[in-house]
Amino acid sequence: MNNVILISVAVLGGLGLISAVILYFVASKFKVYEDPRIDEVEEALPSANCGGCGFPGCRAFAENAVRQAKNEKSLDGLFCPVGGNEVMQKVAAIVGLEVEEHAPMIAVVRCNGTAAHSPDKVNFEGATSCTFANALYSGEGGCQYGCLGLGDCVAACEFDAIHMNPETGLPVVNDKCTACGACVIACPRDIIELRKKGPRDKRIFVSCVNKEKGAPAKKNCEVACIGCGKCEKVCEFDAITITSFLAYIDFEKCKLCRKCVEVCPTSAIWEVNFKPRKPKAEKTVPLKKNEEDKMQNTVTQAIGIKGQSQTGSVNKEVVGSEHIKNKSEK
Amino acid sequence: MLTISGSPHIHGDNSTKKIMYGVVVALMPAVLVSVYFFGLNAVRVLLLSVIFSLFFEWIIQKYLIKGPVTITDGSALVTGILLAFNVPSNLPSWMVIVGALVAIGIAKMSFGGLGKNIFNPALVARVFLLVSFPVQMTSWPKAAVLPMGLADVITGPTPLGFIKEGLGAGKSMAELTQHLPSYMQALVGQMGGSMGEVSALALILGGLYMLRKKIITWEIPVSVLLTVFVFSGILWWINPGKFTDPVFNLLTGGLMLGAIFMATDMVTSPMTRGGKLIFGFGIGLITMLIRVWGAYPEGVSFAILLMNSVVPLIDRGFKPRRFGARPGVELIK
Amino acid sequence: MGFLKTFTLGGIHPPENKLSANKFIEVLPIPPRVMVPLGQNLGAPSKALVKRGDKVKAGQLIASGESFISANLHSPVSGTVFKLDNVVDASGYRRPAVIINVDGDKWEDGIDISDKLISDINLTAEEIIQKVKTAGIVGMGGATFPTHVKLMVPPGKKAEYLIINGVECEPYLTADHRLMLEKGPEIMVGTQLLMRALKVDKAIIGIENNKPDAIGHLTELAKSYAGISVQPVMVKYPQGGEKQLIKALLNREVPSTKLPIEVGCVVQNVGTAFAVYEAVQKNKPLIDRIITVTGKAVKKPSNFKVRIGTPLKFLIEAAEGLPENTGKIIGGGPMMGKALFSEDVPVVKGSSGILLMPVEESHRKEEGPCIRCSKCTEACPMGLEPFLLARAARASRYDMAEKERIMDCIECGSCQYTCPANIPLLDYLRLGKNKVGGLIRARHKK
Repeated sequence: MNNVILISVAVLGGLGLISAVILYFVASKFKVYEDPRIDEVEEALPSANCGGCGFPGCRAFAENAVRQAKNEKSLDGLFCPVGGNEVMQKVAAIVGLEVEEHAPMIAVVRCNGTAAHSPDKVNFEGATSCTFANALYSGEGGCQYGCLGLGDCVAACEFDAIHMNPETGLPVVNDKCTACGACVIACPRDIIELRKKGPRDKRIFVSCVNKEKGAPAKKNCEVACIGCGKCEKVCEFDAITITSFLAYIDFEKCKLCRKCVEVCPTSAIWEVNFKPRKPKAEKTVPLKKNEEDKMQNTVTQAIGIKGQSQTGSVNKEVVGSEHIKNKSEK
Repeated sequence: MLTISGSPHIHGDNSTKKIMYGVVVALMPAVLVSVYFFGLNAVRVLLLSVIFSLFFEWIIQKYLIKGPVTITDGSALVTGILLAFNVPSNLPSWMVIVGALVAIGIAKMSFGGLGKNIFNPALVARVFLLVSFPVQMTSWPKAAVLPMGLADVITGPTPLGFIKEGLGAGKSMAELTQHLPSYMQALVGQMGGSMGEVSALALILGGLYMLRKKIITWEIPVSVLLTVFVFSGILWWINPGKFTDPVFNLLTGGLMLGAIFMATDMVTSPMTRGGKLIFGFGIGLITMLIRVWGAYPEGVSFAILLMNSVVPLIDRGFKPRRFGARPGVELIK
Repeated sequence: MGFLKTFTLGGIHPPENKLSANKFIEVLPIPPRVMVPLGQNLGAPSKALVKRGDKVKAGQLIASGESFISANLHSPVSGTVFKLDNVVDASGYRRPAVIINVDGDKWEDGIDISDKLISDINLTAEEIIQKVKTAGIVGMGGATFPTHVKLMVPPGKKAEYLIINGVECEPYLTADHRLMLEKGPEIMVGTQLLMRALKVDKAIIGIENNKPDAIGHLTELAKSYAGISVQPVMVKYPQGGEKQLIKALLNREVPSTKLPIEVGCVVQNVGTAFAVYEAVQKNKPLIDRIITVTGKAVKKPSNFKVRIGTPLKFLIEAAEGLPENTGKIIGGGPMMGKALFSEDVPVVKGSSGILLMPVEESHRKEEGPCIRCSKCTEACPMGLEPFLLARAARASRYDMAEKERIMDCIECGSCQYTCPANIPLLDYLRLGKNKVGGLIRARHKK
């Protein structure tokens, strides 16, 4: 009996010993030198692995950051949108360099084609996928540039930062947004754009991407940009350009003076997080009565509800948007 | 307002409901036979099993999952009938109810409901009952003509059990076969066994109906039966004194029920022709291994459950024949 | 009847509903205004050559196909160009088109618009292809692939058979059927022209067995045309698919991602054969086509011969109006047609029919869970597993979808037609194809 135990102990112990020796030699022979700073950088990163920086995952970003720091002595072009400046400072400290401050960005949905603004002309049945619907037809409201409302952006978001507002059928971005850009890629119609978050979250943008002439654009949606050019003329900073009947506000040049918002005849230009303006002469903007009542309830909850620019700006666009159930989740 | 949707714009008359109720119709001959041979007891077990299967599905969907209630789709009804078919007709009522709970609650709903279960729910319940209550699950009432009592009935072994026991006790095959039901009796179902499995004829009738209605395809039943026939045929040819003949093997036990109704369950069987053939072959093989060398006299349920577990693998390995694989003409390079 | 030829894998048999099968082709009057979209063919849109205010005659070139896969476009009417603007196309997208106000019916010189059959062929292959190209002919079956490109056999390949597709397997549609009955000799000459262009000496006309009159008529005619035979095939959808028809007629399978020329075949629709006849023998460019207007509630299901650019409304009125309970307007057949955005859409070269569907038939049934019944796999004529591909597309597993050959899908819809759980399989397959196609293109760019 004793013999059996001894033999097993000897055999197993021997096996273990031999394996250990082999492993030791293999490990030392095939050792790959890795800059220890890669691990440190990775540690500093948010580990979201979202790909927002352009690299497949945080590890790849860390490797590239360390390599670039070594070869080019700079971190230019590298930015972790999730971690923002704070994380980039840490990364810079690890590799012994300095980085410039990046202005924080946020995803902006540039469509306001709610059911009220762009009434349904047909009824869609089928897969809840914007990519599919985009290939199939123009959209329930008839606008071939507008939001299809099937939530590809919501599905793409890793941060729970974009949701469908069931009232409007449009996606709403909340303050969890890290500007990783996943929704921008997911949207088949390039409606979502990453824009500067702006001082105290104030920003002005054109909430429309319709590239058609005024008449057909307006026919499908009453808050479409018709390319009239009034905003371009009124802008003192050359921030607004109009290409193919669509105004675009360059967020680097925009000084947030709000003049363009006032002159826009279709309220396609939005200001968010501004203080309410002193009431001036009421502008004649098409606004349906029942819609106005509904607005009272929802306007403070979500950006994406019509007509806010003339009744004053939304103070806190993000409040409560988590409560809004996603249409495509069902 | 016009509707926009992708093509196709028409839909055939297939529906899940239609398939499930088709199976129910196909089960009817066997139901009649079981009532004929096992009488009121069979009706009791059948009703309990069906009602409680539906009840458990309803209560789970409504109060546990809090989702839509889909008991009218017929799938729980089929499970209920099949569960009743897989137990002896004199099983105590509470055991039938436990069986229904296991079938619906554990084998079906806990996997996510219809279409998501890996194992055949009725068989899971049967095996659960078999290992939990071996005595009650293996005391088979003798087939009589329309027995009306609900009281205890005379029980006896199934033909397979009888052989296994006899051979174990050292009796010779010739001696044993004298006490077995004739082929004719076995065909119509006049023998001991679970209440739905006895009549091969009624089951085949149901199978033909399902084939005609395109609810099942021929691959699984044929490959199961053929494998059993060939395997037992070889053994019998080698030593008829020790092994039973192939026809006996086909007609007795749960083989017909298993091959036609249990193995062909869409949810738990492979999707392609090759896969179905392999699946059936596996069931036949394991059944015979258990029957001949196993501890149990019958192994169809174990065989099907074992093969159910490899269905995902089979599905991965057996792909349909792709168009273009055989050009039929030499391609210009 | 014996065994009829057909393809072996999959296939379904939807109700045929050929309501307009015995309705003679009616020539519709020219509408007061036509809209001619510039992108009527597969590939690059044509480039407009006219401008606002220009006078045009019927048959005059108004837009030219500039790139390799592109087709010429001719004015279907005579009149004045009202403007070049975007008009709503079949899918509701506004795309560029030439809008012409009609004024009389003057034709371009040199076009023979009489009914006289000209059967002498004295042109070379190259000349025929050139004429086909000039006339702007595209595949009339609906795919609208420019015909002249299809006729140019790539170097190293050789065509052995010309297959004329008279299958018309889509339920409801009868345009090809009527064309075969009423323009038989023209189709025969057109087929001979195509044979000469392809340098083949054998042509097979495949017709589904539910059109015995067309089979009889063409078989009789084929006797006097060397090399042309008529082959009845079993009624099974999608027999009209190129690959399925080749399989049915010659038992050859076009390999995955390859074209029919790989197995020595070129498939053309009967409508294309007729258009080729008109273009080559009569110098008439493709400016009109036969189109079926049908539907269970339509008062007068009909086959019309109309000019390209005619608004569909005009055709529907000729069929005695839009039924009140119309819930869906389909351009094409019910299996592969497109649900239209409105009835103001113009007729294009690829329009084969208009199907008006009542509201009660226009909605999808409620989707249930997949019960793994494998009916989709059995129905798939390409030997794919639609349930698996749809699941992969739903879960964004595009790598897996590609490996399981999602790009082989011909979008026939058999899987979705047969699915007992009413899962929109083809929707997801299209989504997957869209994404996988994008991935493949991105890979090629690298």
